Amino acid sequence: MSENVEKDRSQVRQKQMIANHFERLSRAKEEGKKVVYTFVPGNLTELLGALDLLPVLPEINALQSGMRKKSGGYISAAEKAGHSEDVCTYVKCDVGMLKNGNFGPTGTKLPEPDLLLLSYTGCFTFMKWFEILKQEYKCPIVMLQVPYQSEGEITEEMRQYVAEQIRDVVVPALEQTAGKKLDMERLREQLRWSAKAEDDLVKVWESAKKRPSPIDGYFGGVHYVGPIFSSFRGSEEAALYYKELREEIEERVARGEGAMTPDGPQAKEKYRLVVEGPPNWTSFNDFWRMFSREGATVVASTYTRVGGLYDQGYRHSPDKPFESMADYALGCYTNLNLPSRVNLLEKYIKEYDADGFFINSVKSCNSFSVGQLLMLRELEKRTGKPGGFIESDLVDPRYFGKANIENRVQSYLQMLDARMNRPLVPGEGLPVALPVLGRAP
Amino acid sequence: MSQEVTTLGDPAAPLLARAQAAIEDRSLNGVKAWKAANPGALAIGHMPIYTPRPLIEAIGALPVAMFGGGDQVDIIRGDSYFQSYICHIPRSTIELALGGDLDALDGVVFPAICDVIRNLSGMWKLLFPEKWSAYLDVPQNFDRNLGGKFYGLELRRLARELHQRGAKELTDDALAQAIADENERRAAIAELDLIRQKEPWRVRASEAYLMVRAGAAIPAREHTKLLREFLGIAGDRKTRAYDNVRVVMIGSFCEQPPIDLLRALEKAGCDIVWDDAQLGMRTIEGSIELRTSEGGRSALDALVDAYCEQGAATASRYIGNEVKGASLIDRVQKTGAEGVIFAAASFCDPALLDQPMLETALNVAGIPHTSFKYAENTAQFQVIREQAGAFSDSVRLFGGGA
Ligand code: SF4
Ligand code: SF4
Repeated sequence: MSENVEKDRSQVRQKQMIANHFERLSRAKEEGKKVVYTFVPGNLTELLGALDLLPVLPEINALQSGMRKKSGGYISAAEKAGHSEDVCTYVKCDVGMLKNGNFGPTGTKLPEPDLLLLSYTGCFTFMKWFEILKQEYKCPIVMLQVPYQSEGEITEEMRQYVAEQIRDVVVPALEQTAGKKLDMERLREQLRWSAKAEDDLVKVWESAKKRPSPIDGYFGGVHYVGPIFSSFRGSEEAALYYKELREEIEERVARGEGAMTPDGPQAKEKYRLVVEGPPNWTSFNDFWRMFSREGATVVASTYTRVGGLYDQGYRHSPDKPFESMADYALGCYTNLNLPSRVNLLEKYIKEYDADGFFINSVKSCNSFSVGQLLMLRELEKRTGKPGGFIESDLVDPRYFGKANIENRVQSYLQMLDARMNRPLVPGEGLPVALPVLGRAP
Repeated sequence: MSQEVTTLGDPAAPLLARAQAAIEDRSLNGVKAWKAANPGALAIGHMPIYTPRPLIEAIGALPVAMFGGGDQVDIIRGDSYFQSYICHIPRSTIELALGGDLDALDGVVFPAICDVIRNLSGMWKLLFPEKWSAYLDVPQNFDRNLGGKFYGLELRRLARELHQRGAKELTDDALAQAIADENERRAAIAELDLIRQKEPWRVRASEAYLMVRAGAAIPAREHTKLLREFLGIAGDRKTRAYDNVRVVMIGSFCEQPPIDLLRALEKAGCDIVWDDAQLGMRTIEGSIELRTSEGGRSALDALVDAYCEQGAATASRYIGNEVKGASLIDRVQKTGAEGVIFAAASFCDPALLDQPMLETALNVAGIPHTSFKYAENTAQFQVIREQAGAFSDSVRLFGGGA
């Protein structure tokens, strides 16, 4: 959010948490702390915390590089080093950052990994990404395979397979890196803190069912998920952050305030949207303003669920730690099949009383993007609400054609305006969406 | 100095023409004929790379490998389902399905190889809810007791679901027989590969490709017969001298390169002594051992063990503690290749993410390489031919990369 907007307590706390974490990372080697690189969806942060291992999340570094306008240079560096222009730009951004000295989001140098914890939930690129890092860092690697929810459910076989891998493969590798045995009581404590934070986060999400919504569940939402998606889930400070955040949101509701935008609170909530797909990080605030300045608030989004579907009932549990972590990894949004993704979006559109939905299709992310055009049709058919569709990218600035995208967003919102009070004839929303396809910006 | 078959009076020509016709059978007329001859039996399609075909044969069904539409299909509807930055095979597969060309199939298996195939499996469920389809989560943990156990359960699920739809019940005997048939086929393919490596002028890569791919939609036994017939004739082919460079081609395991692309590479002076274009038929290295001496191990266990322990290294298979690229270097050495051509489908994440790692390994080993991308419907090969020509010249003259 822009500097002229006064920061909430929770924001100040989050900023401090992140600064402290990178500070700890910068001292890790001299203090003999061990560092584990891992990913966001389905990660095993509580295990790392219980073993005093410090996590580094290359995806978060990539998105931060995007926000700090460094990703373009990093991606070019990776492409010059032989990485294809066709592949995931997160990977190239990370590789480019490594080739430029590996300075993290706060400008401090990141320590090299003592272990790569490859838990790839829902995206094959994660597997390739860590194979690449393994070749770069020549460090040990341990993998957790998480089966895909291809039939829209977690079966007992899947749960057992993941839980057994955690117990028999991942924990021994982490113990070896940490140089100590896992204390199950500490793990349980971490899981308890996670569940507390998750309770509060769900209340934050569900506040968007109110009118006006006190939050933006996409652009604002990505700020809220920072701690729980990354290095802090399972910690007391993360639980405190979410408690504070929930209280702040409740205060906003009590005051009847709309969602916070880059320019302050939303004056009038004109449109309520559900968004599918990751955001663009290189022009994040520009993108946000395309919606907020037109009075559009995102009431729910799927991207904010890639680190856990807590609002659908999942909680980390100290009772069966490994099974609970298995269910977490299996249940993230990125691990849902297409029909389940459509079902969830339909549910959000209905439960959050949205006027329409919007898909930001990320060019370089097959995991999210393949099938999104079919999702668009299917959702329009099922809900009668118009869908908008654009293509951009997470961190490659070449793929964010600002004027073109702004045009599309405005046309979509105008169409929405015209249709607010009459149901959509199936397929009617498509003409606005389709012309952007097949064109580079 | 290498040689080349003179096409005049080539005794293998009718077989090659038959194989070519088989891969151009986009409406699956061969499958329809098989179903007519086997009333009530199911035909089950499967996407690349690997699906355990013996399992499907063991329940009396016909496995049908699906490789998109090649250069034969005009994409009319398929493009409206996919954005621009996605490979071609899902477009043509959807196009074929929407156009009714895949109607002979009673179901489709989508093996876990990449996010595109994975999401395509979900699209299938939304588009064709009345048809059976399954995503097959092949293991990336190759421990028999972990990934192997899970994979075994996946295979049983598949067999059970197909049985509910009219296939025979899976029995150990039937699977053992299907594995034996598969082993015969694979022995024939291994012989074909050997000829191609030792005497590449006798069986060109493009010809070996046709003969292997011709088995996509027929039972293993029939394929073996076809391969044996071809092998019997291969020795009688008249050859003439030709000066080529020996290369391994890698990255084409899913969306297939047009056959004319392979021919263009040959014309540019490359003997492709190994490639991964039909990797599904070669994924398991060596024969699938039934291990009946190990008490309690079923034929299904044999299939699982073979996948875990004998799987060829490829971009969609996790390389954990082994050295990345080691198996490619080994392949180059064993086949006596002088260089490597990376040929990947545009936007193919697994192949293109893998490539820089393999290039690094090749650089360390001093093996020259070059790379290009294609689409299954690429029609112009001039640039690729020039590039391959320059590469083969430089390898021939200097033993170094282009
Ligand atoms: S392909 Fe998409 S989900 Fe996968 S690592 Fe890249 S950005 Fe993340
Ligand atoms: S060509 Fe590559 S990206 Fe496309 S479906 Fe096949 S493996 Fe996946």
